[in-house]
Amino acid sequence: MQEKPKVVVNRTRRESAAKDFSFAADSVPAGSGALKDVRAKAWNAFTKFAMPINTDEAWRRTDLRLLPAADFKLPKDGAFEDLPVVPEHLLKPLTGEQHGGQITLLPGGSHVDLDPALVSKGVIFTDIRTAEREHPELLNKLIGQIVKPEDGKFAALASALSGNGVLLYVPKNVQVETPLHSVLWGPGTDLAHFSHLIVYVEDGASVTYVHEAASPNETGHAMHAGIVEIHVGKDAKLRFVELQSWGRHVWNFSHERARVERGGNLDWIFGAVGSRLTKNFSDLDLAGEGAQGRMSGFYFTDGTQHLDHDTQQNHLAPHTTSDLLFKGALKGKSRSVWQGMIYVAPGAQKTDGYQANRNLILDDQSRADSIPGLEILADDVRCTHGATVGKLEKEPLFYLKSRGIPQKEAEQLVVEGFFDPIMQRIPFEGVRERFQQAIQDKLSTGTG
Amino acid sequence: MSELVIKNLHVSIEDKEILKGLSLTINQGEIHAVMGPNGTGKSTLAYTLMGHPSYTVTQGEIIFKGQNVLDLEPDERSRAGIFLAFQYPVAIPGVTVANFLRSAINSRRRAANPEDKGMPIPEFRKLLKEKMDMLKMDHAFAGRYLNDGFSGGEKKRAEILQMATLKPEIAILDETDSGLDIDALRIVADGVNALAGPELGVLIITHYQRLLNYIKPHFVHVMLDGRIVESGGPDLALHLEDQGYDWVREKHDAVPEG
Repeated sequence: MQEKPKVVVNRTRRESAAKDFSFAADSVPAGSGALKDVRAKAWNAFTKFAMPINTDEAWRRTDLRLLPAADFKLPKDGAFEDLPVVPEHLLKPLTGEQHGGQITLLPGGSHVDLDPALVSKGVIFTDIRTAEREHPELLNKLIGQIVKPEDGKFAALASALSGNGVLLYVPKNVQVETPLHSVLWGPGTDLAHFSHLIVYVEDGASVTYVHEAASPNETGHAMHAGIVEIHVGKDAKLRFVELQSWGRHVWNFSHERARVERGGNLDWIFGAVGSRLTKNFSDLDLAGEGAQGRMSGFYFTDGTQHLDHDTQQNHLAPHTTSDLLFKGALKGKSRSVWQGMIYVAPGAQKTDGYQANRNLILDDQSRADSIPGLEILADDVRCTHGATVGKLEKEPLFYLKSRGIPQKEAEQLVVEGFFDPIMQRIPFEGVRERFQQAIQDKLSTGTG
Repeated sequence: MSELVIKNLHVSIEDKEILKGLSLTINQGEIHAVMGPNGTGKSTLAYTLMGHPSYTVTQGEIIFKGQNVLDLEPDERSRAGIFLAFQYPVAIPGVTVANFLRSAINSRRRAANPEDKGMPIPEFRKLLKEKMDMLKMDHAFAGRYLNDGFSGGEKKRAEILQMATLKPEIAILDETDSGLDIDALRIVADGVNALAGPELGVLIITHYQRLLNYIKPHFVHVMLDGRIVESGGPDLALHLEDQGYDWVREKHDAVPEG
């Protein structure tokens, strides 16, 4: 009997990009009218995008080679019934008062609650599936107007495949006094979760909206790709808080953009403690004269977490004001990236743009990259920026210990103190407490 | 009886010996002043007593209430009743004076009883106001970030506020008079005098006699080259004020080392 020839495997070539997704055109949820077109166009755009690689400027510091893209599947309708349920604490109000409405988005389902008083004022706060049925014209008008599938592969993917999401619509001059709350709960492994949030605040209206994305820690992989489209009308006011508490196995991508019209005001708060890897694009377009936007971010990474926030403050009209402050602490071998750009368009005179990123490194092996940028095409503007990466110093710790405060608590005080300027920007005790708890949990885990 | 006993203390920083066999005993209720020229190891003594990690004790011992202090972390020393008023208090941005002091008080309570829920806020507020009034401090001070942007006088006053709130049994004041104008000096001295008494032992470390016009020591020691070379009563300080340190140097340089 002849011996089989020896097979020599010689694998020296490193794969330069992750394997691509295995979704097919029939993964796109059915839809009618403009929604159907939006999804079809998005799918088309998606098929043209290659997987980002680290020679793409936006992806230079965030590596997707280990993303098991081909393994991800869409959750089936009702999939949540067989998955871990939303923990009670995620549904508690974070804003110190009762919610005016609450939405729970689940894999393959959702649950909606809205104060009838708000319904009677014409406020719409519902999930995308319900909106498709009950408010098709409005949805068709608003969807895909602010974030485009062309913005990136994950924007295209989320636009095409997202059956889940929220539509918040506040009619002209309506002031919503009680905060609205939504939770995106994404348990399960090998699943891809998609979400699409549309927040449309008409002229002269105001609202506070808190959205949290979360999942338990599981072994294996999962992913989320999300879109957030925000419109703040003339003299309207939106306070939008988003919390990212994904499990440690989740690859998280989002494309978010807010457009603020004349005299409008957006107070945009980001808190991030979860996920394995996050790449977040957040753009603020100050489109009308006198528009104001504030972006406040806090993050705390540990273990091998990797969070990348890519922000853009676009001053497109005169007398616009933007103010960005992102602060982060890093532990273990974790890494953060913040790259921010202030853009001032020609003619956008008398604008005032500010951006600062401050990082506190708690371990020698953690690393923070901080890359501010300015591109100014008008001549009468005021734009400043700052970026710092500092370490936890010995002298403050010794000082605190000399007053009887043990090492761990002293570290916690210094870290909380570091975050205080950003906490001062968050008027919700519940949100602050949630973050303080995360700080405590992360500091108390041994090696990170 | 709480007493602090320092015996033959040798301390190095980065292999350079600074304290070379210092001995000193402070009983509760006594006020001691250690004086000496710059660079003689006074601040090293203060930091070593508190357990600063940069200072290595190579020989000797520090005993407080019968317990070997060298085995204790700085926070344990503090909870045992030792307090250091820093020459250069450290800024802790983002942590208010009130939040910090409450943490310090609660650490003490929890060390005594792990089940303790912490001092109730109204009780803490009352305590803090009372101590701030004693030191003629504006109540708004409690809401400021600790030592962050404080003037020299505010920092020193904040140190004494901490001392008043934490009620130590031994207080070490490291150059507390430096950087104070005469009014601030008087307020700080009044604060220390109000706290002094049979329950408290005080070690004043100072270059100048000035502070001793306001806080009367029972004992005065002169430090030179890492050792205490002269000890006496309050008049020793006055003598130093008149004569300076040269006579001490001459007297002791004449003695060969070892």
